[in-house]
Amino acid sequence: MNAVAEFFRNLYEATGLNFTVFYDPYDRDRYLRGVWTTIYLSVVSIGLSIVIGGVGAWLQGSPVALLRRLVNGFVVVFRNTPPLVQIFFFYFGLGTLLPASFDASGLRQPLLNNVQWAIISLSLFAGAFNVEIFRSGIEAVPRTTVEAAEALGYTRLGAYLFIVLPLALRVCLPSLNNNLVNLLKTTTLAYAIAVPETLYAMKQIWSESQNVPEMMSVLLATYIALVGLLVWIMHRWERALAIPGYGR
Amino acid sequence: MSAAAPTWTAERPIVELHDVHKSFGTVEVLRGVSFSMMKGEVICVIGPSGSGKSTLIRCINALVPINRGSIRVEGQEVNDPALDKLALRRKVGMVFQQYNLFPHKTALQNIMMAPLHVLKQDRREVEERARLLIRKVRLDGKEDSYPGELSGGQQQRVAIARSLAMRPQVMLFDEVTAALDPETVKEVLNTIRELAEEGMTCILVTHEMGFAREIAGHIYFTDRGVIVEHGPPAEFFASPKDERTRQFLSQIL
Repeated sequence: MNAVAEFFRNLYEATGLNFTVFYDPYDRDRYLRGVWTTIYLSVVSIGLSIVIGGVGAWLQGSPVALLRRLVNGFVVVFRNTPPLVQIFFFYFGLGTLLPASFDASGLRQPLLNNVQWAIISLSLFAGAFNVEIFRSGIEAVPRTTVEAAEALGYTRLGAYLFIVLPLALRVCLPSLNNNLVNLLKTTTLAYAIAVPETLYAMKQIWSESQNVPEMMSVLLATYIALVGLLVWIMHRWERALAIPGYGR
Repeated sequence: MSAAAPTWTAERPIVELHDVHKSFGTVEVLRGVSFSMMKGEVICVIGPSGSGKSTLIRCINALVPINRGSIRVEGQEVNDPALDKLALRRKVGMVFQQYNLFPHKTALQNIMMAPLHVLKQDRREVEERARLLIRKVRLDGKEDSYPGELSGGQQQRVAIARSLAMRPQVMLFDEVTAALDPETVKEVLNTIRELAEEGMTCILVTHEMGFAREIAGHIYFTDRGVIVEHGPPAEFFASPKDERTRQFLSQIL
């Protein structure tokens, strides 16, 4: 660690390239906290968006027309509006309508903080796409396979959980993969409501140290690494789910 | 749930259809079908394509709801909005033309799934039963193979074992050999023959006339949604009375 710091300090003195995040403990701490916040936002939103997708796609097949229409309405609203507007809507719109408490010094303490709103907003945004992605997978499951489950006494939910969803997931993993990559990158929008994720941390660092090009390249490299990690995990998952003798 | 259910005894028909009507849109597929069979009987339904054979047996386990008439299995009315489908489908097993195994599960898991998920039975007991069934359909050693790694005939035998794992009272076979290579047809028919010999009540929709003649106690010939003619196989094949039956048999035999 010290050798790295030494190298970048020398680099700065020799060339003027100022990578503060690699030698200045304060900036490094801000940067690492930012990366950690990005990972936290991504992991929680990915998890929630997959649940939203799975539940939404299940409700889309419901015999109750009202439920189907509600899901379709949700998909339309969240797919057809910009994610930044959605984040503002939740944080500035809904956030101020919800009850809040006041702390000892009289400051407003909202029910949900900016990180929580970012997670809700991003999960719903990606979840709307996941509903459609899962639906495409569900439509690829042969009707006769579902019929076999019904003939064995499975309920609609049982057949969905144990047969339809596991098969649909295998079909739609590539598109799910794409959407989750987009979700990870979209977490940068939480910057707009001051969530201290990577972009926000970097912005603070480069405003103070006047090293925009250097920090910009670190920022891009960070996202390349994070998305690379996500894609690697997704491919591992894809391989783990591969069925011998089925598909390719 | 049907009032008649608890009073059913083996002296009464196990499956009883009365004036069953079914339409898909404006197409009348079943136009008043009636028959009954006793426990342990084996019947074959034959007839030209589109005559309603498959629809007929799909009605019996309520995969296809009927428009009019009555179907009773062990005295339980199937055409009842309050029907307990799970209770019915525990009694009636079904095997399909396209096997319809769950491709993401091994042969053994395919057999174990429904007893575990639907009947919530004890895993150890279910696994023991599943291994016995695998042996019964002569697939020892294929427990951990996925459906995609098995031949059509092997898949179909797993499908039969999967259905038997629910311990049904009646088995429905919907053209189960129609999608198979000629060499593998025999292994599936042998499995069904053994079941029939053990006293399983079986309803088969089939194009295998030789097998129908050998195994069935009674043959039903359907055409355009009605049973045109029926009788014991010896009689049915030797001296068909109806012109349509004669025509069909002359084309196929």
